[in-house]
Amino acid sequence: MKFLAKKPPDALVRVLLIFVVFVGGALIARSFIPAALKEKSLFIKATVDREMSKPIHYAGSEVCAACHDEYNLKKTGYHVNLSCETCHGISKTHADNPTEVKPTAPRKRDFCTLCHAYDRSRPTGFPQINPATHNPLKPCISCHNPHDPKPPNVPRECEACHGEIARTKAISPHVLLECTTCHSVPDGHKVSPRVVRAAIPSGREFCGKCHAKDSINKETPKIDIATHGERYLCWQCHYPHMPEVK
Amino acid sequence: MDSNNMERRTFIGKMVALLLVPLGGIGALIRNVAAASADYNPAEHYYGMGIQIDKCIGCGRCVEACKDENEVPREPFFFRTWVERYFIVGDNEAVVQNLDERLVNGKQPGLEGEVMRSFFVPKLCNQCDKPPCVQVCPVTATFKTADGVILVDDHRCLGCRYCIQACPYGARYLHPVRKTADKCTFCYHRVTKGLNPACVEICPTQARIFGDLRIKASPLTRFKRMNKLHRLKPSLNTEPKVFYSNLDGEVR
Amino acid sequence: MNQATIDTLYELLRQVTGFIYPNEVEVHWSILIVLYPYLTGLVAGAFILASLVKVFNVKEVQAVYRLALLTALAFLLIAPLPLLLHLGHPERSYEIFLNPNFTSAMAMFGFVYAWYLMVVLVLEIWFTYRRDLIQWSQQEKFPMRWLHRIIALFSNDLSERALEFDGKMVKAITIIGIPSAFLLHGYVGFIFGSIKANPWWSSVLMPIVFLFSAIVSGIALVILLYMIILPLRGEKIDMQCLDKMSSFLFYAVIVDFSLELLDFIHRLYESEESIRILGELVMNKLFVSLGIIQVLLGMLLPLGIIVCIKLFKFNEELRKLLYFVSVILIQLGILATRWNVVIGGQMFSKSFRGLTTYKMGLGGIEGLLMSLALLAMPLIILAVFIKVLPPWAKAQAPSPEQAKS
Repeated sequence: MKFLAKKPPDALVRVLLIFVVFVGGALIARSFIPAALKEKSLFIKATVDREMSKPIHYAGSEVCAACHDEYNLKKTGYHVNLSCETCHGISKTHADNPTEVKPTAPRKRDFCTLCHAYDRSRPTGFPQINPATHNPLKPCISCHNPHDPKPPNVPRECEACHGEIARTKAISPHVLLECTTCHSVPDGHKVSPRVVRAAIPSGREFCGKCHAKDSINKETPKIDIATHGERYLCWQCHYPHMPEVK
Repeated sequence: MDSNNMERRTFIGKMVALLLVPLGGIGALIRNVAAASADYNPAEHYYGMGIQIDKCIGCGRCVEACKDENEVPREPFFFRTWVERYFIVGDNEAVVQNLDERLVNGKQPGLEGEVMRSFFVPKLCNQCDKPPCVQVCPVTATFKTADGVILVDDHRCLGCRYCIQACPYGARYLHPVRKTADKCTFCYHRVTKGLNPACVEICPTQARIFGDLRIKASPLTRFKRMNKLHRLKPSLNTEPKVFYSNLDGEVR
Repeated sequence: MNQATIDTLYELLRQVTGFIYPNEVEVHWSILIVLYPYLTGLVAGAFILASLVKVFNVKEVQAVYRLALLTALAFLLIAPLPLLLHLGHPERSYEIFLNPNFTSAMAMFGFVYAWYLMVVLVLEIWFTYRRDLIQWSQQEKFPMRWLHRIIALFSNDLSERALEFDGKMVKAITIIGIPSAFLLHGYVGFIFGSIKANPWWSSVLMPIVFLFSAIVSGIALVILLYMIILPLRGEKIDMQCLDKMSSFLFYAVIVDFSLELLDFIHRLYESEESIRILGELVMNKLFVSLGIIQVLLGMLLPLGIIVCIKLFKFNEELRKLLYFVSVILIQLGILATRWNVVIGGQMFSKSFRGLTTYKMGLGGIEGLLMSLALLAMPLIILAVFIKVLPPWAKAQAPSPEQAKS
């Protein structure tokens, strides 16, 4: 621009002056601000420090072991994976001051049922009971030691852990069949369910015992075992616990 | 040790009084840097979590434990972690409910009728490696630490809620009293002392597994080795560090 | 903890349909955040209208040039207020200037806003008015005389060269100002458009749609103000100016409508995972605000009206009435557009399985009354501007003695 060679216009000078004052002032002001207010690494450090020094409320199970023998008992039973504080609540203050502060100990039925009441969304194999029918009104701990909650009797029914399946089967055409009719259950299964598994039938002929045309069972629906869905196992189409046809 | 608030007050006071360099502020700063915690080196750790869907029984102990440990408001609108319940019905449609619904809504939990599959899914902040929340915070009040945890600086957070909008997992909320953003921190104050987060500590079935992604001998590494893993919303490329095993495709 | 807030949240929880993440009950960005893009849109649009005069030499629009600039400034001054009021900690807002996060579009607000305010708008207004300020102050008394002297930065130069320089600066600033205006409002679109977590917002088109609806609303606002202010001053409306502005409004509405139609068709055609919940959102929660107000009343009806005006050559009185109705409808439509984007984007869950509700309170910092006050404030400020910097006052030619001084 040619005019720059001559004296700059008065208007421009005034405007530039204002800008210099503003921008310069801002920069100078910024330099006076202490580093703690404008240095990112310092903010991060301060936040991390603040976060790390927040109070701890749950002590952690290992701490309980120092004084309480039940911890060793718990290690042998089904509740081995439970933290002490899952049932006894926040205990850090108790760990720091054992005589003055005591943790809670749930003794009523409604506590155990939080985990053990039957719920269809719970994974199969998790021990569940129907609170209305399973020794109603009795506190759970009167039969089950919470630190070693082995049931006083070995569960007779598979339903104790396989509630969803039992309830499905109960309203199906297979309602009169015992679970053991189709599944052979070794003794160790009720003690170590994930290690010792129950077996399922091996082939089509098993279902044919009731459903083949030449079966001795008069009341079951019959199919020609040789041709009906011949490439598949029966239960690849028919859910055995609710064997609908359509 | 609250260097920031002290700095702010000292600074503003001095500026108002038109004095020069706030020497008091710089002195306080030096004192605080020296007093920071010593032994823990964040660069040696990198935290992640595994969740086994087929072990979760939906008891909700984790949600309560988290609220206890981190002083989260009790009302059912503020959760650092929560549990969802899924029912997959006939045509692969999913009906999803919140665990807390029965307490709040009076809605009956559960579903009548035939259900193909049903399970619980615990959720929490995924502590992403490419966190969209950190990307959008206008003042870097939320950031990723060297050990992989996303924290919020509630002394600098403006409460603009941009991070809450940016989180694809709904993991963040605005703390109703502090008016700053808040979320799961993997119980940073516990894990830096070698403890487990409260939710992991309390889970009765070990559905939650916490660990250091850098350590070869840890339950988390075995979890990663033995399971096919899934992360939430992988198409958004946030690289979450919470891994799910046996996660149904209907989970969002 | 505020019990009233908690009660509201319980109330909202009961109205949730389907499944939402538990933290999503609360709609975080309220009516205040709806207002912000609306206000900055008016700023950008009014400036673009003004730029038509200086850069594209549309002589007919000269009559509203200064009004458009003053309107832009009045709205720009109020624009940060809804943001400040919405923050959880407005006293920390300086952090955006002191420690911005350069990956955050929101942090860019501070700089884009400061740039636009100081380098574009204030500077342009100053150079436009400088001559008149000097001439007015030569004929006035206290206090206006001193006010004008101060605003003119005590400048006195009325030489040919200085005036020519003023003209060149105005043109140069306007040229810089057009992309700056695009940036001022475009970055707001980017704030929404870059959120991949939200499929209602996440779109490449979002900044463009925001920008064009801003241009529509800005032009419509200037027309509206022109049609209100001039009769109030007892002056005659320049119909050529009005017709020309309405033409530009027409073109802008066509582009805006095409873009929104494109977005709509594109979403339906691609039919991604979110289409179901978004469809529910539009049909259930946004039916009135989107279908009726934004599209029908806010775009199609005004479009139809202006087409009729162009085709049928109505007389002046009818044209004025129709223009007036159209621009009011357009303002409502664009406000509804902002509502549908901001509030609409928060009413569906990111689980894609449920919807929540937004309850706008009457009082309170984020309530309706505050919003109306925020909408009224720029008009009050504009009234002050018009008093101090009259857009249509004809300054008398300086007498020979005054020119020498």
